[in-house]
Amino acid sequence: MNIEMTLNGKLAKAEIEPGTLLLDLLRSLGCYSVKRGCETSNCGLCTVWMDGVPTLSCSVLAARADGHEITTLEGVREEAEAFGAFLAAEGADQCGFCSPGLIMNVLAMERELESPAMDEIREYLAGNLCRCTGYAGQMRAIEKYLNRKKEA
Amino acid sequence: MFRVKEYVKAGSLEEAYQLNQKKSNVLLGGMMWLKMGSNYKMTAIDLSGLGLDKIEETEEEFRIGCMCSLRQLEQHKGLNEYFGGVFKACTRHIVGTQFRNGATVGGSVFGRYGFSDILTCMMMLDTQVELYKGGIVSLEEFAKMPYNRDILVRVIIKKDGRKAAYVSQRPSKTDFPVIACGVAKKEDCWYVSIGARPGKAALVKLTAGESSLAEQAQAAAEQFAYGDNLRASGQYRKYLAGVYVRRLMEQLKGEEQK
Ligand SMILES: Cc1cc2nc3c(=O)[nH]c(=O)nc-3n(C[C@H](O)[C@H](O)[C@H](O)COP(=O)(O)OP(=O)(O)OC[C@H]3O[C@@H](n4cnc5c(N)ncnc54)[C@H](O)[C@@H]3O)c2cc1C
Ligand code: FES
Repeated sequence: MNIEMTLNGKLAKAEIEPGTLLLDLLRSLGCYSVKRGCETSNCGLCTVWMDGVPTLSCSVLAARADGHEITTLEGVREEAEAFGAFLAAEGADQCGFCSPGLIMNVLAMERELESPAMDEIREYLAGNLCRCTGYAGQMRAIEKYLNRKKEA
Repeated sequence: MFRVKEYVKAGSLEEAYQLNQKKSNVLLGGMMWLKMGSNYKMTAIDLSGLGLDKIEETEEEFRIGCMCSLRQLEQHKGLNEYFGGVFKACTRHIVGTQFRNGATVGGSVFGRYGFSDILTCMMMLDTQVELYKGGIVSLEEFAKMPYNRDILVRVIIKKDGRKAAYVSQRPSKTDFPVIACGVAKKEDCWYVSIGARPGKAALVKLTAGESSLAEQAQAAAEQFAYGDNLRASGQYRKYLAGVYVRRLMEQLKGEEQK
């Protein structure tokens, strides 16, 4: 079957099998930031935005993306690099495998929540698992990133 | 692994219903649960094009379309204001934000899972489900019905003045609950719903009596059956249920006295 979607701001057409997962389609289109982790909807590594909403691409059929707007890390590169620098500064990206999913969710949270408290941040990001850092560095990086405008 | 041969975005409920009569076909909600199984299905029937992703509020009720996400329940102002934030309380620990953006009300309620926070929460309220062929039935009755191939179109929750509170206990945040408790109160009636026992949520109604809240909570908790699984023993669950029901009763009583 054929689908059309807006991928990172550009029209993308694809011929897919009905059972293709959005994750596989996006990787086949060169969006290698989208990672396969647990594939049981638990880890958040595969997070992309569908119409601006953070979504697990491992758990959505690509067919459902037809007519929708999909954003991956490749589509928010500058912001991702800006936040990535905060992660690096806090030593919060050891193997880095979970970083794209985390970054997509942090950027979505920044758009959705105004001045979130640490508890709200933790709750929003509870579906982004990391097996290296123990989260403390990530939390410091997020706090500093969100406060950057105040401190500038 | 979940695999499908065909994909159809249903143009009407009738089309979806007809397709769903074939055992080899399957309705798609958010697909989170379906994906956990290893199934090969002929046709995946997508309900996402039918405008069933809205929560409507009227004078008498909330009408929640089956394709509403758990995140919509969590964030809906009207629902949470009317029912004391129980929809935020029952959804906030389910996996993560992205997950709750995907998982649907239809998949959650139709599935009638034992561990379901959603079923437990809705059970203590005056909740009905609208089935495409089966019409409107109370959630309490629906939870006991055998699985069939109908479509759950929407969930209807009456604004009958119940005040509600909800709590769950999990081994760790985002894990499945070990016990899920909901208590609602209207006039002198308590509505107590307990899920993850590990059996699915059921409802017990009692008249608020003269005895202490601890005794009333214990009397309610005693009326449910509890079982063991890898997460907890039935004995532990029963103990927790008594404690949590009492705390929720105290919370509601306290709010009543304000
Ligand atoms: C890893 C994981 C952790 C979870 N943790 C929790 C938890 O802690 N608490 C909790 O309450 N829940 C939990 N859940 C369950 C989750 O919240 C959803 O209830 C579940 O995923 C089903 O919703 P869905 O939209 O994904 O349905 P799907 O997976 O799409 O569908 C589930 C079933 O319902 C059928 N179906 C879907 N929509 C309809 C409809 N409208 N009419 C008739 N049939 C329909 C499907 O055919 C399928 O048989 C968890 C699920 C997973 C995968
Ligand atoms: S790969 Fe999608 S949640 Fe883990």
